[in-house]
Amino acid sequence: MSNDVPSDLRYTKSHEWVRIEDDDIVAVGITDHAQELLGDLVFVELPEVGAQLGAGSECAVVESVKAASDVYSPVGGEVVEVNEALADAPETINQEAYEGGWIFRLRLANGDELEGLMDADSYAEHAESEDH
Amino acid sequence: MDKKTVLNDVHRDMGARMVPFGGWDMPVHYGSQIDEHHAVRRDAGMFDVCHMTVVDLRGARVRAFLQRLLANDVGKLKTAGKALYSCMLKDDGGVIDDLIVYFLTEDWFRLVVNAATTDKDLAWLQDHAEAFDVAVDARFDVGMIAVQGPTARAKAAAALPAELRDAALALKPFSAAHAGDWFVGRTGYTGEDGFELMLPEADTPATWRALAAAGVRPCGLGARDTLRLEAGMNLYGSDMDESLTPLESGLTWTVAWEPAGRDFIGRSALEKHKAAGRLAAFTGLVLEGKGVLRGHQKLYDGEREVGEVTSGGFSPTLERSIAMARVAADAGDALSVDIRGRRIPVRRVKMPFVRNGEACIAL
Repeated sequence: MSNDVPSDLRYTKSHEWVRIEDDDIVAVGITDHAQELLGDLVFVELPEVGAQLGAGSECAVVESVKAASDVYSPVGGEVVEVNEALADAPETINQEAYEGGWIFRLRLANGDELEGLMDADSYAEHAESEDH
Repeated sequence: MDKKTVLNDVHRDMGARMVPFGGWDMPVHYGSQIDEHHAVRRDAGMFDVCHMTVVDLRGARVRAFLQRLLANDVGKLKTAGKALYSCMLKDDGGVIDDLIVYFLTEDWFRLVVNAATTDKDLAWLQDHAEAFDVAVDARFDVGMIAVQGPTARAKAAAALPAELRDAALALKPFSAAHAGDWFVGRTGYTGEDGFELMLPEADTPATWRALAAAGVRPCGLGARDTLRLEAGMNLYGSDMDESLTPLESGLTWTVAWEPAGRDFIGRSALEKHKAAGRLAAFTGLVLEGKGVLRGHQKLYDGEREVGEVTSGGFSPTLERSIAMARVAADAGDALSVDIRGRRIPVRRVKMPFVRNGEACIAL
């Protein structure tokens, strides 16, 4: 099974992606591999704008026809925006995990945390290894 | 190593995502569970149900045997080919399994039992069959495909052996016809019209491919679960099991109390249970807020915990979350569910939620 893994993003072992959009603002979502494992998404529980998240903390829930799955914040910071469109169209994550399927934007507390994330090649390898 | 049905390679060829399911390696979907669900409601879909077990019971006293063994009464089966849904109970009234029984001839009845319960079912059948001189023959050589949806019968007809085609198309609901090694029942587990085909394993892959070529969409176990949930059909192991009686599992309608003299296994326990009263209610639920109902979520009437969801999920037809639940006899109609620490209102509704493509509840 081969999934899309854009080279300009950073990734976590728990299948979130991070896009650096501005000096201290990042967008976060779940990977194409994750959405495929979950199947058709039917509900997304978004974090609250203003919430302070620690790196690795549970911050959202994506529910598919099969199961509910936690989303972990890849890095620490303050939630500055959430993707309200997902409330009515959670399937956007299935259709475009890296674009319209973003879940929230975060103001980084500590930019150094980005260094701890995986690049596309490492993530692709990780996803592949979990598949077998 | 999970067991594989005879269709395993075909599923992989057709792009299925395979998952372990009760000791079997089964397709959960072939791309989109929701699209597969809609295909069955609007057109035709098919399911690999080869993991379920066909059991042939033969002997002069097979009807009497089943009248002792099953909570529903095979005395109702008067026409050859007619089918009946029943629970098989323990002495204490707990449900060993739910099954379909077909009356074929006075000395031959056929059961279809669940995959995960097959071993204990066969042991139970065997234990009780001897007294009636009934031979229990588990037909592991038989494949099974369920073809379901408003166009399912028309599309499936061409894949049937010529000598069975007319008889199959003439079947009334909940009846079966057979010819040679092939058997066709107008039955299913989706709330739609359709057939369940039982056929020689060797013919099963080619039949699956012929059905696909005729426009029947391959569907995985995921869609099978959301379809049966919408149809208000119980799932063994989730909605009932050996620790519960049919009376608290929404299955009272399957218990044949008449004739009063029919002493089926579990009868006296059920009668005591019923007489004691305050039986838990089994109900449909619709979630009135955002989220998804799932099995084991707790239900509240005000601050009092009154029961739990037995199976739940997202209904693609209604685009709402629905569930089956067991609640205390005195629970009210305005309940709430605990989803990750939040209380969300649920509404009790009469099942089914959906039948023959149409919503049966107000939204």
